[in-house]
Amino acid sequence: MQISGAQMVIEALIAEEVEVVFGYPGGAIMNVYDEIYKQRSFQHILTRHEQAAVHAAEGYSKATGKVGVAMITSGPGFTNGVTGLADAYMDSIPLVLISGQVPMSLIGTDAFQEIDAVGISRPCTKHNYLVTDAADLPRILKEAFYIARTGRPGPVHVDIPKDVTAQIATFDYSKEVELETYKPTTKGNTRQIKKAIEAIAHAKRPLLYLGGGIINANAAELVREFSRMTQIPAVETFMARGTLRYDDPLLISMLGMHGSYAANMAMSETDLVIGLGARFDDRVTGKLSEFAKNAQIIHVDIDPASISKLVNAHFPIVGDVKNVLEQMIPLAKEQVDPKRYESWHNTIANFNKLHPLSYTEEGDRLKPQWVIERIGQLLGDDANISTDVGQHQMWSAQFYPFTRPRQWVSSGGLGTMGFGFPAALGVKRADMERVSINITGDGSILMNIQELMTAVEYKLPVINVILNNNFLGMVRQWQTLFYDKRHSSTDLSMQPDFVKLADAFGGVGYRVTTKEEFDAALKDAVEKNVVAIIDVVVNRFENVLPMVPAGGSLFNMMLEYKEK
Amino acid sequence: MEQTERRVISVIVMNEASVLSRIAGLFSGRGYNIESLTVAPIPESKYSRITIVTSGSVRVIEQITKQLHKLIPVLRVYEHADLVEKEMAMVKIPMSESMGDIEALTHAYNGRIVNVGSDTMIVMVADEPMRVNHFLEAIKRFHPKEIVRSGSVALER
Repeated sequence: MQISGAQMVIEALIAEEVEVVFGYPGGAIMNVYDEIYKQRSFQHILTRHEQAAVHAAEGYSKATGKVGVAMITSGPGFTNGVTGLADAYMDSIPLVLISGQVPMSLIGTDAFQEIDAVGISRPCTKHNYLVTDAADLPRILKEAFYIARTGRPGPVHVDIPKDVTAQIATFDYSKEVELETYKPTTKGNTRQIKKAIEAIAHAKRPLLYLGGGIINANAAELVREFSRMTQIPAVETFMARGTLRYDDPLLISMLGMHGSYAANMAMSETDLVIGLGARFDDRVTGKLSEFAKNAQIIHVDIDPASISKLVNAHFPIVGDVKNVLEQMIPLAKEQVDPKRYESWHNTIANFNKLHPLSYTEEGDRLKPQWVIERIGQLLGDDANISTDVGQHQMWSAQFYPFTRPRQWVSSGGLGTMGFGFPAALGVKRADMERVSINITGDGSILMNIQELMTAVEYKLPVINVILNNNFLGMVRQWQTLFYDKRHSSTDLSMQPDFVKLADAFGGVGYRVTTKEEFDAALKDAVEKNVVAIIDVVVNRFENVLPMVPAGGSLFNMMLEYKEK
Repeated sequence: MEQTERRVISVIVMNEASVLSRIAGLFSGRGYNIESLTVAPIPESKYSRITIVTSGSVRVIEQITKQLHKLIPVLRVYEHADLVEKEMAMVKIPMSESMGDIEALTHAYNGRIVNVGSDTMIVMVADEPMRVNHFLEAIKRFHPKEIVRSGSVALER
């Protein structure tokens, strides 16, 4: 088939069964947009900012497990999208970003809207391409999707000069991807797995350390089976929320900087860490030399570079966590005695009793934690939860009753403020049946507020719940704790009227100060089924606790903070 | 502090435009050292060999090899001690110096005079990097005007 480069992009997206592209047009990508105009196979959603296009594609991908697709133009269009690429890279989200580039003849001349896009995206993508000949385009696009979704998933960037999108060449998408230099290991080494199971069978206080790789690998069901069968207790990383149900008796809670006391103590006391798709991030481990000091480490990960990067693994197992669990489960069934860990369960129960995750109600002001619990009570499994970044994000991870994988969409690695709303749009597009909630802060929401327009235009009724404390709360908290209350540039007393703002875009807004008002607003927003902002006035000086101060040991938590 | 050691890493990569920037960027982005880096195509193949001399703790070296492996166009990474390693150096020396002495010295380091002009001559040596160091020390007495080193290349035994 002899077609133009632009038509090839469309044909490739159709062949990849893409149902939605998030994007923003511009000069260098116009040939492709002209072809988008002519086709009926997939939807294009025009976000109001390129960054939002990439975040929306991330949200869509997180909710579905499919490769998200975003499309933007050269120069500023591309640079606006870079934050999304970096975010997807840090959180291993499969994504293909297609960007326009100035024509080949102008590359290197500092042409209008020219920037070295592949030079910029190299350190924040799994791989990238500058296409110099339309004849390469079918192969490159096929490789891009393949690389994005296989192995440790990640974003792939394809930069296409404008003249290449006009060039006519042969399109053949049938050839299988053949990359001599890229063959991800997916099956775990049988001998290592045997040894790991033996270690589990002999351990007294084993602990499952569940990471986001489980969600990526669609392995949550197997993890549930494995933990039920062995009765080994589990902690989840921030990225793994929803792997086990919130009410699973074996789930202790999230661990790490804002993990629960019991989770962090369990990690400090365990004699065998069973790491599944987790990467020993600094926010999880705290001080490395004190992390799980008494334990041997089993580390299952698809990325060999994640193993023994920070914490030395005694049983390294490279492989897709789903395959490895399939290999482990029959062995564990034979060898692991689930009654073995009773006293370990008691120890953990005591940790839980000693300092459960909690907050205290005081005065009339709403507590942010209450708002999150309440959303959970009212919507529970019927909601998908996205967040922005800061205190509200940590409280959401701590207090929302997650019931399933892919219910939780948040920027973990990069910590991108402004992620939540566009991501929630992508989540909504992926799962129209459920309510898509973006729990956000008064700081974060303004970083992609323009997406109200996208939500209205494409009927994506995301409900934004602002936990409004008139502060950049997390930074304020650190200033309170570590900078002697010098609240440098974190006071956000100056704010827009969020109700009018929502209204101005054609959405619906609520300002809420009491529990009754919150219930009514949430109910009304769900019924109205348009994009909403619920501006919840919460206690200004609430802190996210417990907390392991940066670089501290997990067992040395700040459990409460009293105003001096 | 963990002990750092010098390591030679050979990387076999696809011959493509961006591959060198990927590798150089990996090193700078993750804070790894590059002492020297050489790259040239492997004859009659679609691959190139990049030889990198670096230093770091055992853990860092392990990370370097793993991270290199993660790059899509990287076919193989060799990192072991049992190598034949050579480096070349060229030195420009004024003609006023004794050609005979220079000839003898370069000879001792696998080298010779390769160019003689009206004002200067150029000598080259090719030897183990440590011996190249010695040579460059010894050649000082002939008042070298310019020195260039190629960086190491290496092959596994």
